[in-house]
Amino acid sequence: MIDRRTMLAGSAALAAASLGPRMAFARTAGEKRLLVLVMRGATDGLALAAPLADPAFRTARAKWLDTYADAPKLDGTFALHPALAETGRLYGAGDALLVHAVATSYRERSHFDAQNLLETGGIRPFERRDGFLNRFLGLLEGSESPAIALASALPLALRGSNPASTYAPTTLPKASEALLDRLPDLYAGDPQLAGLWQQARQTEAIADASDMDSLGRARDAGTLAARMLADPQGARVVMMDLAGWDSHANQLGMLQRRLTQFDGLMEAFRTGIGPVWDDTLVLVVTEFGRTVAINGTNGTDHGTGSAALLLGGAVRGGRVMADWPGLAPAQLYEGRDLKPTMSLEALTSGALASHFGLDAERVMRSLYPGRTDRPTEGLIA
Amino acid sequence: MTPQSIALNRFGLGYRRGDALPQDPRGWLKRQIADYEPSPKALAGRAVDGEEVARVIADTADFRAMRNAAREDADDPEAAAMMSKERQQDVRRSLVADIALRGRLALESDTPFMERIVHFWSNHFAVSTDKAQVPLLVGPYEFGAIRPHVTGYFGDLLKAASLHSAMLVYLDQWQSQGPNSRAAAMRERRGRPERGLNENLGREILELHTLGVDGGYTQEDVKELARALTGWTMQGLPAAARATPQSGGAAFFDYIHEPGMRTIMGRSYRDTGAGQALDILDDLAVHPSTARFIATKLARHFAGDAPPESLIDRLAKAFAESGGHLPKVYEALIDAPETWAEQPVKFRQPWEWAVGLLRAGGEMKLADRQFAIMLRELGQQAWQPGSPAGWDDREATWAGANALYRRVEAAERVADLLRLEDVRDLAEAMFPGSLSDTTRQSVRWAESNEMGFALLLVSPEMMRR
Repeated sequence: MIDRRTMLAGSAALAAASLGPRMAFARTAGEKRLLVLVMRGATDGLALAAPLADPAFRTARAKWLDTYADAPKLDGTFALHPALAETGRLYGAGDALLVHAVATSYRERSHFDAQNLLETGGIRPFERRDGFLNRFLGLLEGSESPAIALASALPLALRGSNPASTYAPTTLPKASEALLDRLPDLYAGDPQLAGLWQQARQTEAIADASDMDSLGRARDAGTLAARMLADPQGARVVMMDLAGWDSHANQLGMLQRRLTQFDGLMEAFRTGIGPVWDDTLVLVVTEFGRTVAINGTNGTDHGTGSAALLLGGAVRGGRVMADWPGLAPAQLYEGRDLKPTMSLEALTSGALASHFGLDAERVMRSLYPGRTDRPTEGLIA
Repeated sequence: MTPQSIALNRFGLGYRRGDALPQDPRGWLKRQIADYEPSPKALAGRAVDGEEVARVIADTADFRAMRNAAREDADDPEAAAMMSKERQQDVRRSLVADIALRGRLALESDTPFMERIVHFWSNHFAVSTDKAQVPLLVGPYEFGAIRPHVTGYFGDLLKAASLHSAMLVYLDQWQSQGPNSRAAAMRERRGRPERGLNENLGREILELHTLGVDGGYTQEDVKELARALTGWTMQGLPAAARATPQSGGAAFFDYIHEPGMRTIMGRSYRDTGAGQALDILDDLAVHPSTARFIATKLARHFAGDAPPESLIDRLAKAFAESGGHLPKVYEALIDAPETWAEQPVKFRQPWEWAVGLLRAGGEMKLADRQFAIMLRELGQQAWQPGSPAGWDDREATWAGANALYRRVEAAERVADLLRLEDVRDLAEAMFPGSLSDTTRQSVRWAESNEMGFALLLVSPEMMRR
């Protein structure tokens, strides 16, 4: 049998050559790129960037403080988790901005409702069917699909009326050209399947001879995302999920592993994207934070405020942005959680608007209808 | 779709090659409720009871002790790493065998509607194999705790699932301890580090298993349920050797249980040890919010992403009036006019599609490992939803470009393995009276039977139900 890699490379070149103007991912106006990483499961922002100067933090998290003994200091208050070496390097180079005590407008503690709101940009869970990132695509010039989710199914954030595609590497044998050629006829009377099929062929062509066989490997995922965004015919927007942040038990080891993976992904992405880094914004978000107190099983339970990261060559980084509410018992949200003092919706719309040169109020209205928060300023140089 | 095609595809798992077509679709479905076999022959060689669960837990504890001894006492990290690697391979092999067994049960079942129901409940009470220990427990969980309870009362299913060792591990319950338990007092006296409450299982029982997120509970109800659940841990743990065995490999360890009366949803529960959580679950199981929540999920699964309110009302009523007797709910589902809409109402999830493909071919030609890999590539590895909410049940999650491409690849591979010769007749049997001219002609004009079968497997008829 012909090796899949050879086949892929061959057929991709062929497909690229034969793609008509409607088939190719058009290079739309502007050169800006966006990578959105969603940490699903509620990341403990207090572990990601620890407020060591807050005495209440030192009390509540006393038995975990050793973790930060040699951790890089972000400023006079915060230290970065030691697993985040590359992130720290980017921070030092002014390419990473850490935002703290941030949350969406959601104030309950269900992952599933919170992720729904994070992705739809809605006010009540499950009231909207389209995603904030899909609506954002509508604000970009050019009508061809420039968005890809590195997943086998489209995440809610990218669902909606603007075209977006999915890609996940595979080890299945490549289907024969003879079969592929028959499918347009089979789907001729079925607009949904015909549309999906056309997108699938396009994405297969861009992904090209990918040498990874599973999305589970974080570095490979970073490399693939970089390749998709760096390719002039590639995607403008890429979204990826990072799962496994729900640290109810044995949080120290769990976060050490997850953050190491995240950091490896960022390192591979930074290397892979090369000079396009200067035109790239990476937005890292999670659905909510975790309790300040350590629970009975050396973990933390569902909370409210957390942290977010903005990375990229154009980010005004090298600093922590936070209106720190404090962690003393009286300062906590409902007596247990980091109180959010910044709006994630304002942060997202401010960052996207500034990065892509769009009107911030318009971005806010479109991504987060019904909100009155002012988009955050001063995020992008 | 004709009623025959709806019974086969919307309610069932697709036509199985060689079967007679159901002549009385509603009757065929209803008979399956009575004919359903919780332990079919294919399961005969797989131990799935509480004893097996306890053995797995004890075995895992033994393994850890041995590995740690190699690493620390014998200072032989290489031997320890080798042990871990071999252990991982064993675990993987066992999981792959269970995934294939699940596939064979679905392929061979004469009651495919009830298999769908098993898969539905397994997803409702989801555990996920990306958490350590779950891979060895999920087979016994679905085969030994879910399967026997799907034709009984919801309350019994709830207790069997939510308090099974697989769930206690998955949602961290097994190590949750009452802050005022005897264990806590002992630790304080001895100056040991504090352990305490973990509210993960308590929250998910309320949000995902029973009332639903809008079911009217509060953060304090979550805490109270978490307190009542302390003590529920697993058999086979050296540290809990004195605990009282419960079903599903679980154990109740009074030593770590939070003493006292609990109040949940306005009702008080005396501290009867293990019975306290059971009493609470009994009440949650028949709460009107639970009836509504279950009715909505079932309706969405069988009648479309946005199911008619009238159907939800019907199912909730059947649930409430029978005290959660599940066969009554299934009958209401079959009797309801809303589930027989002529147009397809759902995009098939990858698991349903893969099982449909096996049944259309009539035999399992794939090796265990190939079947598991195929599921992963299709985007839905069995028992790995990655979240206690289970797999999402809406079209937008599944109707993706990449997902479609993978189905095309998988279809061709399976078609090449099977080399069927009766593809044109098979097409008519799979979608009786419902095959489109486009698909019929694509299959007929294909250059080979294999390509005809591959096209049939990725046809619009096969993608939806």
